[in-house]
Amino acid sequence: MAEQTENKPDTVTITLDGKRVTAKPGEMLIAAAERAGVYIPRFCYHPRMRPVGMCRMCLVEVKGPRGFGLAPACFIPTSEGQEVVTTSPTVKKAQDGVLEFLLVNHPLDCPVCDKGGECPLQDQTVAFGPGETRFVEEKRHWAKPIALSDLVYLDRERCIQCDRCTRFADEVAGDPLIEFVGRGDSIEVNTFPDQPFSSYFSGNTVQLCPVGALLARPYRFKARPWDLEQVESTCTMCSVGCRIAVQSSSNELTRYLGVDSEPVNHGWLCDQGRFSYQYVNSDERISSPLVRKGDELVECSWGEALAATAKALESAKAVHGPGAVAVLGGARLANEDAYAWAKLAKGVLGTDNVDAQLGDGLPAELVLGLPRATIDEACAASAIVLLAPDIKEELPVLYLRLREAAVDKGVPLVELTPQSTGLSRYAKASLSYRPGEAALLAKALVDGATGDVAGSKAAAVNGARALLGDNPVVVLGRPSVAESAASITAAAAALAGLPGVRFLPALRRANVMGALDMGLAPGILPGRVSLDAGRDWFSSVWTTLPTGAGLDAAGILSAAAEGRIQALVLLGADPAADFPDRQLARQALAGAGFVVAVDAFLTESSRQADVVLPAAAFAERHGTTTNIEGRITSLGQKIVPNGVSWPDWMIAVELAARLGTELGFETVEQVWDEVERVAPSHAGITCALLADRRFRDGVTAPLGAAPPAITGTGSAPAPRPALLAFSGEAPAVSLPPLDAYSLRLVSRRTLYGNGTLVQHAPGLAALAKSPCARANPSDLDRLGMGKGGQVRVRSNRANFLIDAEPDPGVPRGSLSLAFNSVDLEGSDAGALIDADAVVTDVRVETP
Amino acid sequence: MARLNADNEKRARDLIALYPESRSSLIPMLHVAQEQDGWLMPDAIAHVAELLDLTAAEVYGTASFYDMFFTHPVGRHLVSVCTNIACLLNGGFELLEHAEKSLGVSGGGTTHDGEFTLEEVECIALCGEAPCLAVNWRFFGSVTPERFDTLMADLRSGALADEVPPHGTLCRVRRSVGLPAAATPESVTGPEVPSAPGGGRPQSPGTT
Ligand code: SF4
Ligand code: SF4
Ligand code: FES
Ligand code: FES
Repeated sequence: MAEQTENKPDTVTITLDGKRVTAKPGEMLIAAAERAGVYIPRFCYHPRMRPVGMCRMCLVEVKGPRGFGLAPACFIPTSEGQEVVTTSPTVKKAQDGVLEFLLVNHPLDCPVCDKGGECPLQDQTVAFGPGETRFVEEKRHWAKPIALSDLVYLDRERCIQCDRCTRFADEVAGDPLIEFVGRGDSIEVNTFPDQPFSSYFSGNTVQLCPVGALLARPYRFKARPWDLEQVESTCTMCSVGCRIAVQSSSNELTRYLGVDSEPVNHGWLCDQGRFSYQYVNSDERISSPLVRKGDELVECSWGEALAATAKALESAKAVHGPGAVAVLGGARLANEDAYAWAKLAKGVLGTDNVDAQLGDGLPAELVLGLPRATIDEACAASAIVLLAPDIKEELPVLYLRLREAAVDKGVPLVELTPQSTGLSRYAKASLSYRPGEAALLAKALVDGATGDVAGSKAAAVNGARALLGDNPVVVLGRPSVAESAASITAAAAALAGLPGVRFLPALRRANVMGALDMGLAPGILPGRVSLDAGRDWFSSVWTTLPTGAGLDAAGILSAAAEGRIQALVLLGADPAADFPDRQLARQALAGAGFVVAVDAFLTESSRQADVVLPAAAFAERHGTTTNIEGRITSLGQKIVPNGVSWPDWMIAVELAARLGTELGFETVEQVWDEVERVAPSHAGITCALLADRRFRDGVTAPLGAAPPAITGTGSAPAPRPALLAFSGEAPAVSLPPLDAYSLRLVSRRTLYGNGTLVQHAPGLAALAKSPCARANPSDLDRLGMGKGGQVRVRSNRANFLIDAEPDPGVPRGSLSLAFNSVDLEGSDAGALIDADAVVTDVRVETP
Repeated sequence: MARLNADNEKRARDLIALYPESRSSLIPMLHVAQEQDGWLMPDAIAHVAELLDLTAAEVYGTASFYDMFFTHPVGRHLVSVCTNIACLLNGGFELLEHAEKSLGVSGGGTTHDGEFTLEEVECIALCGEAPCLAVNWRFFGSVTPERFDTLMADLRSGALADEVPPHGTLCRVRRSVGLPAAATPESVTGPEVPSAPGGGRPQSPGTT
């Protein structure tokens, strides 16, 4: 699209069907007309992609030097004084002709087509078409349909060659795996033979296709659009928070569609998010409370389960003090649930041993205390610095946004990473560092390097430093779960010294930011305040408060393993699968006195619980969620909870009642009202504000300029506590020396893995990968295994056989193992990792 | 052969170096690949993609657009019979029909012995000697059914091996991008092309 130079005017005036209309200079006519209320029919035009002028449906008359002539409105930029006619007989004739041509080969099998009822080809044929065709010739025939990938089918007979899917794959996703093949009347969209369209974003093409040519395998023949009900919501498969339309039929979810949210997802979804509705429908959901009878979990009533839980919590507290109670998880809950549980744990039970993250995140003071950037701000920054996991694997739509910033807007990406990532190919500088040495590299990036540092060349570091500019944004997360949080905290502290820097957290669980905002972490209280700073304020609204900062996930699990936790609550958490140190997580579950799991599925962890409380899943309850930016958006409810499941906040309320306290909520809205009232960072973000259509893209907390004064409940409010600010202190990290025979472990997640939700969505479960060890070719050569093959990996914790592959993206001296592979059968990165160590060193041996 | 051999990979890299945008060398590179194997084998397409940092699908999309790139195996001799207007008026369709009968394949088909692939083409710019055909892009004019059968017999016996190089052989691509001639013996050695049998003007290789 045309660049705007400074001396160009901000607007131009065009004459559209005789009316004067103001437009942006350079904007395409089709968009200017649409804003002025004139809809020009189209197939290939899509506002989020470059125009191609392929389908000719948008022909209008534009006046040129030789009078009016037909021109495609999606391809003609507006200019001052332009005269445009969209309704003349000439235009009508052109539309008739184009549609007649588009239908030459179209099978018109609408009655058996998924798109029927919401099909732009149907709709525009009715609205703009000739009504009759003169073609009597045989149409072309293709096999119906073919699989482009495990998730997407293609019916080539229906394709009208609009180039939307292929443009999307190339321009937006960066995965040009589908192309036009052939030419003329034999043209088709297809993949290279035997190289499927395995893109994490393939499902978007189904939504984009203006006909029923591209079909989502999980949805095919499942429903008719006019039977579907829908509600707008936010995807909670990761913390990007893409807006979606949740559609259902007969109390069953049928699909999610991407909704175009300007600040977040631009209408795109990743396939994990798009097809995750399948888990909600899973037969394996827990539908009733379970209580342990001997070796078995048996169904019981809510009354029995709650009584057993309350008794365990109460006696743990009474006999051993509040510190004997711990709560793990909560990053998958809605904000209201997180608040209710924070209030129950900290404000009723008085324990601060609470952590929403499972040892794979970063400390709350750091995440909440650093100056925050939105996604838009990151994409408009002077540079984007990545100290994060592989964004393509963990926060897929953020990957699309950052990729677009790098490719289309030229924002330099500077990556600090122990292994190449999906963004490496777009990075201006990809600096690799040895696990454990992130802080050294970060310091060098801030201060300049005089020699090689952490495995990166001084010149590369200084070259990267020169790219940073005056308002860089750091995307901050854990590049590897085999490198301690302290190491990354130290690196973040160094990066906080960059002038004008802001941070965009890249923690992955859907509502991890909301859970931290609501106080589900040790040492903090709801509203981004520290326990100490908020003590006075919260004493006026809560009945009790923890006496001092409690344990984080690693601390809780260690204490549990040592028998010091009498009651452990798992809030949708599966530490046995998710905590990096598998051995510690298992010992903790065995060592904890009483384990309560609030979950939608039986997981390795919840199977070991004494009581399991069934929680309502996504789309079974409403509320709000918070994404990485701190953006609060609504979650919609479309179906009733499975079995007798309850929303998590309600479980907290009922437990509190059995502990003799009222949390004071009867509805989700009441929970949010209290959050708005007591959480300093959320002042002013009322239910009414969130329900306002003007804020349908959500609002980021805290609200900008001067939030309204907080009005406390009843008693005179204490002065509002100050929000957390990161102290800048870096933890000391002492790195053990690496012996010449060992490799340092890097362990990251891939998009599809062994996670409970993905594994219960059949369309996605099949895509999960088996474990594989990756090492630099030279390191494998040393073992005489240049081509890869089976190796034995050994740490001081465990050893196992695993297939190894050479991968030049892994620096020398490191070994990479995905953290969440399926079919682990013991060959599991988590078995090697020691939560207390900064890094994990492993030996690789021939078997 | 599948991927480009060492010589051809070198040639491909030289081609990449000729253009400011590496992708511009795609078509000449595909000619190199087709010259090597007679058609574009999947591994060769994948190799070209690798060299250009494209996906195989992108290369395949481009290759499949052009009639003179083959993404399916062709016989040792690609027989292209013209049925465009001048040839049509002079018996082009009769020639095609005869060819079909005589080779036992219909247009687009390949004989069982892998010797001949027959295709119907648009004007090959030898209208003055209609009806005409090309074999591996070397032209033969004024082709009567009898001459067709002799020609096929000579091709089969190898009698025309000097004049008709293996399918895919192009000289002009190399010449026009300034690359040294192919070193492999099965390729022609330079821009000179043998003149077509049956007289007529000196023939130039069929494509650029
Ligand atoms: S498959 Fe659909 S989106 Fe793709 S080119 Fe055909 S009509 Fe367009
Ligand atoms: S990127 Fe995250 S929030 Fe967006 S669709 Fe995917 S899983 Fe959902
Ligand atoms: S919408 Fe303009 S040409 Fe397709
Ligand atoms: S028409 Fe046959 S060569 Fe021109």
